[in-house]
Formats: sequence, structure tokens, C-alpha cells
Amino acid sequence: MAAPLDGNSFATIVLVFISAAFTDNILLARFLGMCSCLGVSKKVDTSIGLGAAVIFVTASTAALNYLVYTHLLVPLHLEYLRLITFIMVIAAFVQFVEMVVERFSPTLYNALGIFLPLITVNCAILGISLFMLNKPYGFFETFIFGLGGGFGWFFAITLLGGIREKINETVLPKGLAGPGITLIIIGILSLAFVGFSGMIKI
Amino acid sequence: MSYTPKHIFFKALWEENPVFRQVLGICSTLAVTNLLANTLFMCFGVIFTTALSSFVISLLRNFIPKRIRMIVQVLIIASFVMMVDILIKALAPDIHRFIGPYVGLIITNCIIMGRAEAFAAQNKPLVSLIDGFASGIGYSLILIVIACIREPLGFGTFLGYQLPAKELWWHQWTIMVMPPGAFFMLAVVTWFARAYSTKTEVKK
Repeated sequence: MAAPLDGNSFATIVLVFISAAFTDNILLARFLGMCSCLGVSKKVDTSIGLGAAVIFVTASTAALNYLVYTHLLVPLHLEYLRLITFIMVIAAFVQFVEMVVERFSPTLYNALGIFLPLITVNCAILGISLFMLNKPYGFFETFIFGLGGGFGWFFAITLLGGIREKINETVLPKGLAGPGITLIIIGILSLAFVGFSGMIKI
Repeated sequence: MSYTPKHIFFKALWEENPVFRQVLGICSTLAVTNLLANTLFMCFGVIFTTALSSFVISLLRNFIPKRIRMIVQVLIIASFVMMVDILIKALAPDIHRFIGPYVGLIITNCIIMGRAEAFAAQNKPLVSLIDGFASGIGYSLILIVIACIREPLGFGTFLGYQLPAKELWWHQWTIMVMPPGAFFMLAVVTWFARAYSTKTEVKK
């Protein structure tokens, strides 16, 4: 099933991006990043804020973890330490980004500030890093894979935010309000995304 | 804290059930529940990690500097998850191939972080061990319920064994194998559990 990925041809990159963003949507097909998604998706603008932060962090950490894994862990035969290494890289990266953003762009910091700590415990980020190990990708494809995965998450949470804004105004059975109805909406969205599956297989 | 261990156990198990009360740890709930065998291994991993990481974090609670506590907690949790990962790989390599990435994701499972932050950081080690253990069991209960429904409907098997007289009555619900089925099932379980517990609260 794995198509030979030769070099950095434009078509390969587009395929990797689309398959990561749509056919293998990290939220709707792989179930990752649900916790923060349920918590934050009450409004469209907060969803967009967190989504944007996630795109940036997934793309960068996927690339970083790829480098660490292939150039540090594999030569030293320390593959079994990958979990602890990946989570450290992610935590350190998020901390670093937070400091840089705070220093150079207070406006961006105010916009993203509260979302950054949430990202460390977002399983989508660690998930992308773990899934990339099963893929035959090189460095650049991994970066695109992270970018696509992040974009898929962003897309799904923004859709969900929009729907939840409308749902808030309706009357629901008592036990269903809150997480219950949100899960049903996600189920329907996920049903829609099943339509993408089988379109591309990499 | 003047609570008895029993009180803490049931509080963590039901009133503060991680899945349908606090809506934590949903990610792995959904991914592994289409086969019961996978679910049982996942539950084992989560119970092991919540109980022991709560215990260790509580032992160290007075030595961890406040500012870096998140990183320290993540490191403690990650080391237990690594043990589980290696253990499952050795005991059940076939299952590990499927749930491998999700076992790794126990690190970012918010239940564990949540218990560590909310309970273990303030309480004595033994009590924290009970609390972590009960949270793990509460999580497992929901997972097992969902898996018991999804596996027979989606594959016509139960724990890998074929259902009796399957060809007479059984019809495959393909949706139960696919991700949407997981979301719908979890929604229904949450609905029932919440409706039930609000009813009992009103009676009190």
C-alpha cells in the first residue's frame, strides 16, 4: 500500500497533506485531542485560536521528533525510550515557544497565551509523533504530515465550534446537555469524514 | 482529610467518574473499544499507571518545586507508561501491534494528569494510591461496557469467540467498527449515566 515516495515532488507533498488532514483526520478518525477539543470548542474564535496553535506545534514537533528519533535514538539503540523523549521534546518546545512569543509579540501572546499550556497534554501532538514512526516518510514529508494533521484538527474543531454555538440555544434532555450532545455532533461529523476514506491511501 | 478509604474509592469511581462526569481521557476510550481484548489490555495499562503514578507523585509532593511540577509529573507518568508498553509488547505482541500508539498516549491521558494535580499533589501516598486505582477502575468500567456492545454488533464475536447461531439472526452493524460508532456509543452511555445520577441526586 505504501506508494514509493521519491524525493520532494509536489504531488507527493499534496497527497501527504490531504491524507493527513482529511482521510486520516486526527480528531474524527483517530480520536486524538478529544479532551481539549470538548473543553475549548464552545465558540468559534477560541477554537480557531487553539487550532492555529496546534497546527504550529504539531508541524514543528513532528519534524523535531523525527530528527531526534532517526539521528539520536536509532543509532544509540534507545528506541524504547521514544515515549519519554517525545514528550520531553514537546514540553520543552511548547515552553520555549511560550517564552519567545511572550518576549517578541505580546499581542500574539495574549491571543495564544492560555492555549499553549493546554497543548502539552493534547494527545494529538504526541499522537502525530507516534504515528509518523509507522510511515515511510522522510524529513520533509514528516513535516508536511504534521502540518496536515494539525490542519485537520483545526478544521474539525472549528466546524464543531460553529455547530455548538447554535446548539447552545436549543432545549435538550437533561442528561444529554453538555458532553452528550457534543459527542453526537462529533459522531455525525465523523460520519461525514468517513466519506473521505479510501480516497487516498499512503 | 478525614475521609475513609472506602469513601474515597467510591467517590472516585462514581461521583467523580473520569469519563462521564469530568469528560477526561476520551481519546483512548474511543480508539480501543471495538474489540474487548484490546480494551482489557488498555484498561490494565491505565489502572496500573494511574494508581502507581498517583502514589509516586504523592510521595514526592513535598519535594517537587511548584514551577516545574508539570514536567516532573509527566516524567513520572511517562516512565510508568513505558513499563506498561514493554510489558504488553512481551505478553501480547499481536495486540500491541494494534493498540501500541494508544498505549503511548496514556501519557497524555488527562485522567492521570487530572488525578495527579487534583488529588495526589495534596494527599498522603496510600490514599492517593486508592484514589488513582478507583479512577482507573471507573474509566475501565465505561470502556468495557462500550466494548461489550461494539464488538458483538460490529464483528459478531465476543472476546474473539463467535456468537452462537450467528447466521440466523446476526447482521453486521458496520458503523460500530468505524469511528462514528464509538462516538455515538459514548454519547449514549454518557447520557444514561448522567440522567441516572442526576435522578439520584434529586432524591437525596
